[in-house]
Amino acid sequence: MKVAYWPGCVSRGFTPELHGAMEKVAPLLDIELVELDRAACCGAGVIAEHSQELADTLNARTFALAQQTGEALMMNICSTCQGSMSECQERLDANAEYRMAINDNLRDEGLRYEKPVTNKNLAWVLVEEIGLDELAARVRRPLSGLKVGPFYGCYIVRPRERLGIDEERPRHTYLHRIIETLGGTVIDYAGQYKCCGFPIITMNKEASLRQAGRHLGDAVDAHADCLVTPCPLCHLNLDLQQPLAERVVGRELNLPVLHLPQLLGLALGLEPKELGLGRHVVKPTSVIDWSQSVVATATA
Amino acid sequence: MPSFTLKIRRYLPESGDAPFWQEFDVDLEGHRSVLEGILTAKAREDGSIGIRCSCRAAICGSCGVLINGRTRLACNTHLAEAVRESPEDGKIIVEPMNNMPVLKDLIVDMDAVHWKKIQRVTPWLLPEGPPPEREYVVPHENMVDVTQSMACIQCGACVSACLSMEVDPLFIGPAALAKAYRFVGDPRDGAQYERVKDLAEDPAGIYDCTHCFACIDACPKGVAPMSQIMRLRRVASRDHDIEDRNNGYRHEHAFVENIERNGLLHEADLLPDSYGGKLHPRAVPELIDSLPVVAKGLARRKITPGKALLHPHRRHYKDVRKLFKKVQAKDEPLELNLYIVGYEEEEEAAR
Repeated sequence: MKVAYWPGCVSRGFTPELHGAMEKVAPLLDIELVELDRAACCGAGVIAEHSQELADTLNARTFALAQQTGEALMMNICSTCQGSMSECQERLDANAEYRMAINDNLRDEGLRYEKPVTNKNLAWVLVEEIGLDELAARVRRPLSGLKVGPFYGCYIVRPRERLGIDEERPRHTYLHRIIETLGGTVIDYAGQYKCCGFPIITMNKEASLRQAGRHLGDAVDAHADCLVTPCPLCHLNLDLQQPLAERVVGRELNLPVLHLPQLLGLALGLEPKELGLGRHVVKPTSVIDWSQSVVATATA
Repeated sequence: MPSFTLKIRRYLPESGDAPFWQEFDVDLEGHRSVLEGILTAKAREDGSIGIRCSCRAAICGSCGVLINGRTRLACNTHLAEAVRESPEDGKIIVEPMNNMPVLKDLIVDMDAVHWKKIQRVTPWLLPEGPPPEREYVVPHENMVDVTQSMACIQCGACVSACLSMEVDPLFIGPAALAKAYRFVGDPRDGAQYERVKDLAEDPAGIYDCTHCFACIDACPKGVAPMSQIMRLRRVASRDHDIEDRNNGYRHEHAFVENIERNGLLHEADLLPDSYGGKLHPRAVPELIDSLPVVAKGLARRKITPGKALLHPHRRHYKDVRKLFKKVQAKDEPLELNLYIVGYEEEEEAAR
């Protein structure tokens, strides 16, 4: 399967291990990534807050670039990109006059967005395009005994209607189902659908870190070995800022947080090091120990 | 007749006991509401169940509760739908709303939280100058602009769902801020600057919202409180250039300028710029505070000095820069509110 691939900014910035892991995992799933290397930031909701027209123009440009590749499907690996782009797409698709005006901004570059574009996060691609049976067939190292808490990130679960979450496509359960398919144990905990707090880290640091710390603490109390998230911005608050979050909530957390392609990679047989697990602020010791014990059992 | 099981969280303050769960089986058609289920249990099994309700038609906003963990109006949720979403073996779980103290069973103290916050935003018109001889004449488009925030029925569902308020009870919150926009956007009001200045400077004001969309999902009337908060931010920043003490204005501008410069986000610049620049007195203590994190990031090669200084992923920024210039040069940037204009093409297709 070939997809127009939008990695986003942070997966190549402060969480470089995410884009790296995706590139390693893609061939194992027979996904060919056609990277949109000219596309710009989705705006993460901040540009839309400043100027809706600007955000819609930037994302219409990305959609147009995706359509230019000729691939029917566009894939992202960032919940925040999914949410901000879906919001812009909703407006662009709803009103022809508006779409024309936005396309007019792109004219100088010779680009034009034609409705609609299908833009799916990796988690959605796994369940809806590849299929969980197919995924299960490719698992080389089942995550047996690994207790994984899903952390979805706001932008990929709300608002339900815009994101196409319904009984037919229960996208708010996909991470759960992926963890199960990979052979892991799902840990349900209070914070799994809540906000990591990252968007207000520069405005109200205490409240921001309290959110991250509280959800991490809830997952620790539910005996999770690690969390998995499809959102690199959540990863920044949950992993990079975890030492500061510990200070705010006044407890030790030490909970590793994996990107979705890293968890996939482990189950598909890749080594923790190849997947960039060593680049996390919170050392994923529990996960590395688990993968070593699996190897030890297999060779014994 | 199908049977539904309601698992209700009870709390009887006069008993001195802790909250407890109680289950009730009710025989009703699936298209009847969860509220009717609760009232049936109350009528037939236990008259002491506490629930506020009145209109039963999603107009009065009295019966906000949590149904299977999500804030909903009990009168606006079908039993059959609720049972399909049940996480517990077909039982419909009903609890009092979040973020407000529970008075009894499903009744929360709206005065202590919701109404207090509504009062905080001066929820009445503050006209300027002498009143006109006859009525105020308001352009149609201005009134249309505030209709979405006027659709609020004060049910408190968004307050219950708010994830920011959960960790920061002082946050003014979605309902009150949506109400604030109702007056900020009203051309008859003479205190627009004072209103947005106040809400931008308050650490629990418009910049305390995390963009989590929980209020948009919870609102039964399509008010989209978070979108109203974003509008307040636009008025504060674009129309009045309010450089607030919470870094809201600076963060927004630093982000936009960062993308204009680089095409892709350069995080190493964004953080200090959000505090006013790398050497700004505000940025220095922040940097020192973050040193343990920065040191770990460097040690694990998550952040490299080269990447932090040079941003190697900067791509085709000239095209992006031109776009920014073009859009930002417009006096009246385009804004489309789907609540007001609707989904034009689907309607046409339906015709």
